[in-house]
Amino acid sequence: MRSLSIPLLAALLAASPALTQTAVRAQADTLAQVRARGHLVCGVSGGVAGFSMPDGQGRWHGLDVDFCRALAAAIFDDPERVRFIPQSSAARFTALQSGEIDVLARNTTWTLSRDTAAMNFPVITFFDGQGFLVRKSLAITAVKQLDRATICLQQGTTTELNTADWFRTRGLSYQVVTFANSEQTLGAYESGRCDAYSTDKSSLYGERLKTAHPEAHVILEEAISKEPFAPGVRQGDDAWRDLVAWTHYAMIDAEEAGISQANVDRLRGETLSPDVKRILGLEGRYGQGLGLTGDWAYRIVHHVGNYGDVFARNLGDGTPLKIPRGLNALWTNGGLHYGPPIR
Amino acid sequence: MRAGPPRPGSAPRSARGRALQALALQALVALALAGLACLAVTNASEKLARQGITAGFGFLARAAGFDIGQRLIPYAAATSTYLDAFWVGLLNTLLVSGLAIGLATLIGFAVGIARLSPNWLLRTLAATYVEALRNLPLLLQLLVWYVAVRVMLPEARDPAAWGGAYLSQRGLVLPRPEFVGAAWLVPAAFVAGLVGARAWMRRRARRDAAGAEPGPVAAPVLALGLPALALVLGLPALAWIGLGLAGHPVGIAWPSPGPFGPEGGLGILPEFAALLLGLSTYTAAFIAEIVRAGLNSVARGQGEAAAALGLSRAKTLRLVTIPQAMRVIVPPLTSQYLNVTKNSSLAVLIGYPDLVHVFMGTVLNQTNQAVEVVAITMAVYLTLSLGLAALMNAYNRRAAPVTR
Repeated sequence: MRSLSIPLLAALLAASPALTQTAVRAQADTLAQVRARGHLVCGVSGGVAGFSMPDGQGRWHGLDVDFCRALAAAIFDDPERVRFIPQSSAARFTALQSGEIDVLARNTTWTLSRDTAAMNFPVITFFDGQGFLVRKSLAITAVKQLDRATICLQQGTTTELNTADWFRTRGLSYQVVTFANSEQTLGAYESGRCDAYSTDKSSLYGERLKTAHPEAHVILEEAISKEPFAPGVRQGDDAWRDLVAWTHYAMIDAEEAGISQANVDRLRGETLSPDVKRILGLEGRYGQGLGLTGDWAYRIVHHVGNYGDVFARNLGDGTPLKIPRGLNALWTNGGLHYGPPIR
Repeated sequence: MRAGPPRPGSAPRSARGRALQALALQALVALALAGLACLAVTNASEKLARQGITAGFGFLARAAGFDIGQRLIPYAAATSTYLDAFWVGLLNTLLVSGLAIGLATLIGFAVGIARLSPNWLLRTLAATYVEALRNLPLLLQLLVWYVAVRVMLPEARDPAAWGGAYLSQRGLVLPRPEFVGAAWLVPAAFVAGLVGARAWMRRRARRDAAGAEPGPVAAPVLALGLPALALVLGLPALAWIGLGLAGHPVGIAWPSPGPFGPEGGLGILPEFAALLLGLSTYTAAFIAEIVRAGLNSVARGQGEAAAALGLSRAKTLRLVTIPQAMRVIVPPLTSQYLNVTKNSSLAVLIGYPDLVHVFMGTVLNQTNQAVEVVAITMAVYLTLSLGLAALMNAYNRRAAPVTR
């Protein structure tokens, strides 16, 4: 034993400098890596209805999921060449930085500290804000009517800070109960422990569905914070950042130009306006600047759809969530989505 | 020389040589450990620096900005610091642990004694209690308590009310006496009452022991208890009335049924109640077994001798068996007390704002000072546990019977 342990320790000491070496930095050219690999690796939340959730057959659905499929469609002309890896909110940034995933589409709020410290946010894909779920029977229509109410919050998010700030600056008071996860928070709210449950509005629609009587609860129109959801990419790869941003803009511009998944193939054979031709890749070769083919945007709309298609499929009135477009309508309809022109 | 066991042919090495080799080996192991620790520290600080996190405890002075549901000291999101949040969490931990230790001891002793009762029903009930509670995971019990507490209580907007107190899903809200001005006299009178009652009972016990003037046999408890009770309750009541007559009445904050539920007054949160009940009843099952073992460890002859002297079963227990059993009971009891303190951190799962919930949860998440926050939390639990253990050991030394 003794004779063995000394060389063993020596080896351990000799090897220890190797431990200090940090993980090999992911290479800069993400698009080339994705091409070489043959599929995209996309980090998703994995449990948020309407954004990313696998169904009974294991097929993924959601706005974030469709965004990754659109990326795959633009690169490979095949929306199925993407692998989804669920990420916890704690591990998501490390997963991106270490190169485990190519893009993080995980309803992540774009903030300055995250932008400077952890990653880049090419584009906002969903405009969210912190909202309140209350019982219809309370007949509450504005957040300020929740003065002196008890509010259930999930711990470890910015909701605790937002709520404290909002009520304090208006001279209102509230009683807080916080829980470590959303199941407990919803359970406490539903059993009557709290008058309101507050988190991102987009999540509240899904949470409401989990209650025994979704029709007995209402989500207040008002939002008390800005939560712009954006996909994340590694810093230092501008080409990949452009590609991710323009994948979203292609879906926005397509919707604005009236190009949808339903009519895109028919439109191709018709006489068209120049801007539609440019989007469909029939005029100019705008995909080249992104390292893609000329019909990159056509591929996105053909395989996945425009932003309106994706929204309707995952979040809209046709789904159980029934999230109104609101801020997520096109700028022409009073929303905030505005795509720079493809030309 | 190559380090290794002596080859079969060679002469056995001297004792000094072996000692030297052992020393060298120990030095090497210590060096390796130090190297690893050094490595971990440099690695961590390097990574933290890359993430833009400043190491150190400076963050404790920054404004916390979040609210906490139960606070024993003044705390406000805007003005309080992370250090204040730490104290709020720590006091909440101490409150629930302290009360749970007391309650668990009471229930535990009662059940432990009941397990040895000649009464079949009592014995069986006590055994059922112990077997059921100590064989179910504590976490499960806490969740059951919490759900049960919430489901059984009336709705917040339709609370049950008695004499100014309200009971609802928001918890129990009691009238809160407001101790301003000379009102400190009331709690002072209560303490004086306690001291007086204890002195009276001691004198009484000495007189009993001396055999003088035996009290009425039929109601010894009443004879002993009533004057003591009168002292404990009567003195504060007198102080209260006196203050009222003198024109400085003790204010009472009466709860009121607010728009969303009872508010004002002294609130006992359902999370607190569930955690206290869960911790107490669970730990009491273990304490009951410790007490039973302790009582059984006292020689049978002791009880028989006491009975032969004409002592009642209650007196035998109180004067003969329990004092002798205590030295067996106290050491394992200490570890149960430590368990209560540590298990109180399961508060996280039912939303009670204890130290782990507030500090390791919200503060850690907001500041990202993981190393510091975890280190502080561990230091706190270590201090609490070691302090409690030292206290119990001191008690054990004092309570241990003098052996000849």
